[in-house]
Amino acid sequence: MIVVDIRSVDKTFNAGRTGEVTALTGIDLAIEPGEFVTLLGPSGCGKSTLLRLIGDLAAPTSGTVAVNGKPPGRARRDRDYGMVFQAPTLFDWRTVIRNVVLPLELAGRSRSEAQAKALEMLELVGLREFAGHHPWQLSGGMQQRVAIARALTFEPALLLMDEPLGALDEMTREKLQGELLRIWSETGTTVVFVTHSISEAVFLSNRVVVMSARPGRIVGIVPVELPYPRDINTREAPAYFAKVTEVRELLRGSEVASR
Amino acid sequence: MLAAMWELYKVAWQGAGWEWPVRPDDTSMPHVWSIVDALFEPARRGGDDLYGVILVRAAFATFREAVVGFLLGTVLGLALALLFLKSGLLRRGLMPYVVVSQTIPLIAIAPMVVIWVRGNGWPAWIGVAAISAYLTFFPVTVNLLRGLTSPSATSLELMRSYAATHTQVLMKLRLPASLPYLFTALKIGATASVVGALVGELPAGLQDGLGRALLNGAQYFITRPEQLYAAVLVAAALGLLFAGLVGLIERIVIPHRPHGAEAS
Repeated sequence: MIVVDIRSVDKTFNAGRTGEVTALTGIDLAIEPGEFVTLLGPSGCGKSTLLRLIGDLAAPTSGTVAVNGKPPGRARRDRDYGMVFQAPTLFDWRTVIRNVVLPLELAGRSRSEAQAKALEMLELVGLREFAGHHPWQLSGGMQQRVAIARALTFEPALLLMDEPLGALDEMTREKLQGELLRIWSETGTTVVFVTHSISEAVFLSNRVVVMSARPGRIVGIVPVELPYPRDINTREAPAYFAKVTEVRELLRGSEVASR
Repeated sequence: MLAAMWELYKVAWQGAGWEWPVRPDDTSMPHVWSIVDALFEPARRGGDDLYGVILVRAAFATFREAVVGFLLGTVLGLALALLFLKSGLLRRGLMPYVVVSQTIPLIAIAPMVVIWVRGNGWPAWIGVAAISAYLTFFPVTVNLLRGLTSPSATSLELMRSYAATHTQVLMKLRLPASLPYLFTALKIGATASVVGALVGELPAGLQDGLGRALLNGAQYFITRPEQLYAAVLVAAALGLLFAGLVGLIERIVIPHRPHGAEAS
């Protein structure tokens, strides 16, 4: 079954009023189970908006979005998603473990079950020994790992990530990219990942969805056949550079075309 | 420190013969030791009770009014903040009245409240507590509303992605996020409730409170200035004590949160 099925979706803000903005137009996209798909494009190309449509944080103006064969609202209530934003958005009055427990707590799971699950997820992101810390005692990269652990507690069919590594320094960023791939292969979850970094998109994904601005649309989908597990050697392989170039050309081409 | 400055001012101004801004004589500015002595002398010549004991007893009576008023005001402030969070219409409609309520001078409100309460046959100190509540609810409403709306859009979206109910968003996000705001308001409210009680006691005609002691001190200022100063000291101590108590509770409720660490 297809996890995310987007058909001829348009999204217009302030439709029919002054200041009307076409954020997305004519979007068709199908994402298979277990895929790592990246939405890549410049600011204003609607990549975050597209992610928000999938996550039921916004509704399309026309067209349909289905997640696991359900409308996004239904999928959200069924807790089919885990979400990670650019800001870790941890609650600083809660310890790390209690932040990770939060989604399960809201779902009414038993305390012991939630606790065990949360510890398992902290183990997965390598932060088990920081369970009792408060968020402000952690570095930015560690906070984002906690946010990933929190997003995974439901074992969601779909992990939605909106520039989750965007605020981190280059070294931390590359390290977390590697960790993210490991977590992805261990959990087998489907990931939709938004970024404006070409190298990040190529390194992480099965497929890169290249988008363009004004109006936001998909200009091409680039499959990345580089074998997993990917590591530092991947970053130095000619095939990787070739992919980065291919994606960059596609982005530039769309930019020229839209002038 | 303050006492030393006080005495230094007296010596310097007397030495130089200055009379401005305050005359340094023993009526306008009694010696610190006379003020302290006043606490340990009988209130009246030949009286049994030490003035300090009378003041502390008065402080207890005032404290009771202030605490009850503080609690009432906090509950009212909480209710209003939650109501305003729920309905923007009510907020826009009622907030001006909430603000106006605080611009009416206390000395105008206090006699009215006292008369209303007396008309209902309730004890006079309830009226005083009501005046304290009147001063307390305002900072609680304003600050708590601020705190309840402080969570970022991302935090709210996160809760939405967890399919959290309105009550869950309130209990797990909005209220915890508003605690620092609430405690700021409670500290303001604590001192304000003491002021409210002191002022409220006068029209209420309560004889056993600190407000009355202050008034008496003011009446006998020319002959025994140190008594007024002593009463002021005790009143200040009461306000400090109450605010300190709230601060202590804050430290227990919000443990080791460093300064400037906001939810990221």
